[in-house]
Amino acid sequence: MAFDLPTIWAALIAFAVLAYVILDGFDLGVGILFSVFRDEHDRDVMTNSVAPVWDGNETWLVLGGGGLLAVFPLAYATVLPALYVPLIVMLLGLVFRGVAFEFRWRTLRWKPVWDVGFMVGSTVAAFTQGIALGALVQGIRIVDREYAGGWWDWLTPFSLTCGVAVVVGYALLGATWLNLKTLGPVQDKARKWALLLAVATLGLIGVVSLWTPFINRLYFERWFGWPTAFFSAFVPLLLAVCAFVLWHGLKTDKHLSPFLAALGLFVLSYVGIGISFYPYIVPGALTFHDAAGPDKSLGFLLVGAAVLVPTILAYTGYAYWVFRGKIDPKEGYH
Amino acid sequence: MQFTAEILARIQFAFTVSFHFLFPALSIGLASYLAVLNTVWVWKKDEAYLRLFNYWKTVFAVTFGMGVVSGIVMSYQFGTNWARFSDRAGAVIGPLMGYEVLTAFFLEAGFLGIMLFGRKRVGEKLHLFATIMVAIGTLISAFWILAANSWMQTPQGHALTPEGLFVPVSWVEIIFNPSFPYRLVHTVLAAFLTTAFAVGGVGAWHLLRDRDSRTAQIMFSMAMWMAALVTPVQIFVGDMHGLNTLEHQPAKIAAMEGHYETHKGAPLILFGVPDDAAEKTRYAVEVPKLGSLILAHDPDAEIKGLKAWPKADRPKSAIVFWAFRIMVGLGLLMLCVGMWSLWARWRKTLFTDRWLQRAAVAVAPSGFIAVLAGWVTTENGRQPWTVYGLMRTSDSLSNIDAPAVGASLVAFIVVYFAVFGAGIFYIFRLIGASPDLKSHQELDKGPIRAAGVTPAPAQEPRDGV
Repeated sequence: MAFDLPTIWAALIAFAVLAYVILDGFDLGVGILFSVFRDEHDRDVMTNSVAPVWDGNETWLVLGGGGLLAVFPLAYATVLPALYVPLIVMLLGLVFRGVAFEFRWRTLRWKPVWDVGFMVGSTVAAFTQGIALGALVQGIRIVDREYAGGWWDWLTPFSLTCGVAVVVGYALLGATWLNLKTLGPVQDKARKWALLLAVATLGLIGVVSLWTPFINRLYFERWFGWPTAFFSAFVPLLLAVCAFVLWHGLKTDKHLSPFLAALGLFVLSYVGIGISFYPYIVPGALTFHDAAGPDKSLGFLLVGAAVLVPTILAYTGYAYWVFRGKIDPKEGYH
Repeated sequence: MQFTAEILARIQFAFTVSFHFLFPALSIGLASYLAVLNTVWVWKKDEAYLRLFNYWKTVFAVTFGMGVVSGIVMSYQFGTNWARFSDRAGAVIGPLMGYEVLTAFFLEAGFLGIMLFGRKRVGEKLHLFATIMVAIGTLISAFWILAANSWMQTPQGHALTPEGLFVPVSWVEIIFNPSFPYRLVHTVLAAFLTTAFAVGGVGAWHLLRDRDSRTAQIMFSMAMWMAALVTPVQIFVGDMHGLNTLEHQPAKIAAMEGHYETHKGAPLILFGVPDDAAEKTRYAVEVPKLGSLILAHDPDAEIKGLKAWPKADRPKSAIVFWAFRIMVGLGLLMLCVGMWSLWARWRKTLFTDRWLQRAAVAVAPSGFIAVLAGWVTTENGRQPWTVYGLMRTSDSLSNIDAPAVGASLVAFIVVYFAVFGAGIFYIFRLIGASPDLKSHQELDKGPIRAAGVTPAPAQEPRDGV
């Protein structure tokens, strides 16, 4: 069973979701940071740093959702109703965030309103994504191929903590992104905030990590059982390395390394979640083999994905390359 | 009417998809129009085309942004509200949507940034390439999503497992299902016409204020060529689509025509009030035999009425009947304007005929209304099925409480009207300004100039991690 189609697809969907989290993570983080960047010109520079790429970043979310429907329809059909409220709120948040990029340039009088929409929309989207993750980690009830819980089951202290953790983590990504893409006072301020957010993010990663094993015996055995404990020990170790690079980079005025280190924190936390989940897609209820559609569906889409995902990565990389370098603040407003 | 979770979920889907489709209806056509304008600019270096490109590019950016955010809602709504449908049919329609994301959405999103902000950074030729990629992306997107929709209308190429799951047998048969080619051509042409009439209306508006405006003349002339040449093609394709529907979904045709009785030599009911309870169309204004002639191209052909199906298997006639008439009526109106423009062009009064221009302004929104009416016709005509003849709408719903669906519906209505209402207002403000206006260029460029500069080496990040 080592490399059958469901396994390959589980890896691909996991990759799409990870790509979404780290890419839209810094976009949303920039939006979250609007709460501390009040100056209109600063905000222009901040939105300009993500304007050419945000749409591509958000497309990974569509691939995560669409891909789940295509290859793990049972997971799609049970997880989405279970996360009904956070997902609807997330979608509405993304509506405000997405339109603000254009709308804030189309009006002078209402610009502050769309800036609030951008900030609140980004924050709400991040918060609900964290809640959704937390709710999935704590598990959902499935009976007869259907979600069998109520529509407020997701609301627990744990899921809310995950929500806060994702908001803080995305803000860190946003701050290190701004440190990379901007100059002058915006960069200085972003760097100061990045330090603060780095501490908060690490603290929250710690809280969620220590909480998780006690939610479900499955996780406890995975993290503290043998031989998996041997591998799971690597993750905290690498986290410490990233934390050091992040701290050191910010203290010594590096531009790229703090951003990469912050991405590293996300990738490692994500790998940690992967270790907890495997081989489940809905912990304790559905393995990804249970949830997989027929091979004919998985194979058909895999042929396309094998060619298209590398192509997409290539031209996405090209788009990032075209817009590389620092944002010129003088070009930032009308 | 009892507001069950099913009714609320259907209203939510209808509301969000209708709002959503307004944007692609414009952006599919506008992307191709921008590709044409950019090509002419790069080829002929005529400043007017560049100015038009920049003018419509801004409108496109606003429209596309709203299309993206309202589209993401759609891709998650299948799971939140229609989980049983997703579970049973996901293996068939999921991969089609997966291909839409992989082949179309990433292509659009990847090149959109370059198209909007990158002309100076990548040069004219690569910028043109990016513009064309965005246009191709919108068309590929239409291909996959209409394949998925058409499979729900005329399913084939699948098998049903004992648990009732749809599994693919032949992807070629699934994609190229019987109604797909007609629906694809009809929808893409509809998007082109919607854009043509919108652009034509804007051109006419500015001609009415300044008949010597060269950009307005170019817009108006290009749009009226589309109107004159594509509207007749669209009516022909629509007729073919209708014949195809008669073959595969005759109950939908019966509802569109307001026929309850099966007739040999069916009349064409021009207007009337279909009454599903009484099973007859009241106050019908009919033309004898014309229904059979149009539908079967034979005046004595038999056309089935709704009574040929059990009540539980019939679509609700009134909404299908009226939506269809709105679409056809607007199509004929658009044809008249197209023909009028040909006449004016021949008389060399295209830019001076004020009444033609006023008419073009009046019909500018007709494409949007016709497109929505067309979707209302075909989607309501598919009822009571999600997968035609195989899976009922009432069996497709999530196991979810009505208050959850109702609350989210209210939230969508409030947010969509507020946000997209503002967006549509901004679009009106953009097109209200003439493309010749210097101040327009200054005021409304927005982020277009603001994407940064090509970095000098000294500005590169200094560390090497």
